[in-house]
Amino acid sequence: MIINWVDRHLKWVFTLPAVIFILLMVAYPLVYTGRLSFYEWSMSAITPPKWVGFDNYINLFQDPKFWNALKVTFYHSSASILLETVLGVAIAILFSRKFRSARFVKTVMMLPMVATPVSIALVWVLIYEPSIGILNHILVSMGFERQEWLGSVTQVLPSLIAIDVWEWTPFIALIVIAGIASLPTDPYESADVDGATSWQKLRHITLPLLMPTIITAVTLRIIDLLKTFDTIYATTQGGPNFSSQTLNILVYDTAFQNFKLGSASALLIIFFLLILSVILILTSLRKRQGDRV
Amino acid sequence: MRTSKLAKTNYTIVNLVILLLFLFPFLWMLTGSLKSQLQVLSPNHMFVFQPSFKNYLSVFQEYDYLKYIWNTFVIATVSTLASLFLGLPAAYGIAKFNMPYFGLAILVAKIIPSITYLVPWYILFNKMDLIDSIGGMVLAHMVIGLPFIMWVMIPFFEEFPKEVEESAWIDGSSKLRTFYQMVLPVSVPGIVTSSLLAFIFSWNNFMFSLVLAGESTKTLPLAIYNFMSNTSINWGALMAAACIITLPVILIALFSQKYVVSGLSAGAVKG
Repeated sequence: MIINWVDRHLKWVFTLPAVIFILLMVAYPLVYTGRLSFYEWSMSAITPPKWVGFDNYINLFQDPKFWNALKVTFYHSSASILLETVLGVAIAILFSRKFRSARFVKTVMMLPMVATPVSIALVWVLIYEPSIGILNHILVSMGFERQEWLGSVTQVLPSLIAIDVWEWTPFIALIVIAGIASLPTDPYESADVDGATSWQKLRHITLPLLMPTIITAVTLRIIDLLKTFDTIYATTQGGPNFSSQTLNILVYDTAFQNFKLGSASALLIIFFLLILSVILILTSLRKRQGDRV
Repeated sequence: MRTSKLAKTNYTIVNLVILLLFLFPFLWMLTGSLKSQLQVLSPNHMFVFQPSFKNYLSVFQEYDYLKYIWNTFVIATVSTLASLFLGLPAAYGIAKFNMPYFGLAILVAKIIPSITYLVPWYILFNKMDLIDSIGGMVLAHMVIGLPFIMWVMIPFFEEFPKEVEESAWIDGSSKLRTFYQMVLPVSVPGIVTSSLLAFIFSWNNFMFSLVLAGESTKTLPLAIYNFMSNTSINWGALMAAACIITLPVILIALFSQKYVVSGLSAGAVKG
C-alpha cells in the first residue's frame, strides 16, 4: 500500500525534501536579506530593526569604500580571468599533444584547485614574506631590491592575482583539454591536404571550434572569481589600507566586524545583481558564438 | 631530424618548468614544515637544512588538532551523506519528470555568494541556538553540497535510457525499487564524483566556520587561520598544520584523479 502511494507520487516524494531544504536554507535567507536591506539593525536584542527605506542603498552609493571595493573586485577578477584564460588555453594546447605522462600532468594541475585554500594562502604568505620569503631572497641574490608584496598598497593586488592565476589556470586548462579531445578530425585532414601550417590550423580551426568551450570555462570561473574570499581574507584581510578589499570582504567586514546588518544586506543585493548580470552577459555571448559556429 | 629532436627537448623542458611551477608551493609547504623556526628565519637554511618532524609533534601536543580534524571530518562526512540522501532522488525526479524550474532553483543556489546566506543564517542560528553546533554546521555545508551533487547528477540521470526503466516498470518492479536497484548501481561513477567533490568543498570550507563555528566546532581551515593570527608566527608548525590539512585532499585527488577532474569541470562539457 505504502509502496503504491509512493510510486504514484514519486515525482513529489523524490523532489520535495530537497526543494524544501533549498527553500528554507537559500530562498528564505535571500528574501530575508532583501527585506533587511531596508532596515537598520546591529543584532541588538534591545533595539529592534528600524525601517530606513532606501537609505542603505543611498548611503552605499555615496560611500567611497563601496566604490573602492567595486574597483578592487573588478581589477582582481578581470586581470585574473584574462591571465588564466590565456595561460590555460596555451597550456591545454601544449599538453594536448599525446605523450606518456599526460595522466601525471593532469594530476599535478588538479592539486592547486583541490588543496585547502587557506593553507595555500598561508604558504604564499611565507613565499611573499618581505624579510624571510624565498621570493625576495631570489630577487636580492639577483641584485634587485626587496619588495613588500602583500604589504604594499600597489603590489598587493598583483600578488593576489598571481596566487589566483597559480590556483585556477588549471581549471581553464583541464576544461579546454577535454574540449580539444572531442574536436572532430576531418577539418584537420582537409587542412593537411591544403598544406596549412600548424599555426594556421591553430588560428583558423582549433581556436574557433574551441570558442564555446572556452566561454563556458570562463563563465564558470568568473562566477567563483567574483566571490573569492578565502585566499584574500587569509592573506591580507582586505588590507593594507583597504587596497585589496573586494566586495565579498567588504560585506563580511560590514556584517561581522561592524555589525551593520542593514548596510551589509543592501551591499549583498547589489553584489548578487552584479554576479547575475555578468552571467547573463556571458551566456548570451556563448549563444551568439554557438550560432556562428 | 636534428631540429625535431631539439624541438622535442624544448617541449620537455617547457613541460617540466610548468609542472614545477604548479608543484613549488606544495614542496615549499613540506620543506617549511620540516624546518625549525630558526631555520625558517635564516636565509642560509633556505634550501639546505637538517629535516625534523618536531613541528608535527608540537601541532598535536600544543594545540587541539585531533579535535579539529575530527570536527572537520564529521561535518564533511555527514553533510555529504545527507546531501546524497536528499540530492540523488531529487536529481532523478528533476531529470525524469521534467521539472525545469526546480533545476533552475539549483542553478541559482549554486551561483549565489555564500556570504549572502551568512547574514540571515547568523541571525536565525543565534535564535535557534545553532551557532557552534555540529548540526548547524552540517546544515550550512549541505547548502554547498546538495546543489553541487544535483548539478552533477541531473545530466547523469537524463542519459539513463528511458526504455530500460519502462520495461522494468511493466515487469512489475515499483518505480522506487527500479531507482535503487537499477538506476543507482549504474550511476556509481557520478555518485563517486559528486560526493568526493562535496566532501572536498566541505573539508576546505573556511567562511562558514569563520562565522558559525565556535571553540567546540572549530574546523581545520579556521584553526590554521587562527594559528597565524598569533602575534609571532611559528612558521614551521604553521606549515606542518597546512600539510596535515592538505594531505587528505591530495590523497583523494591522487587516488581518484579521473573522478575529481570530471567533477571539477562538471557543467562545462554540457554547457
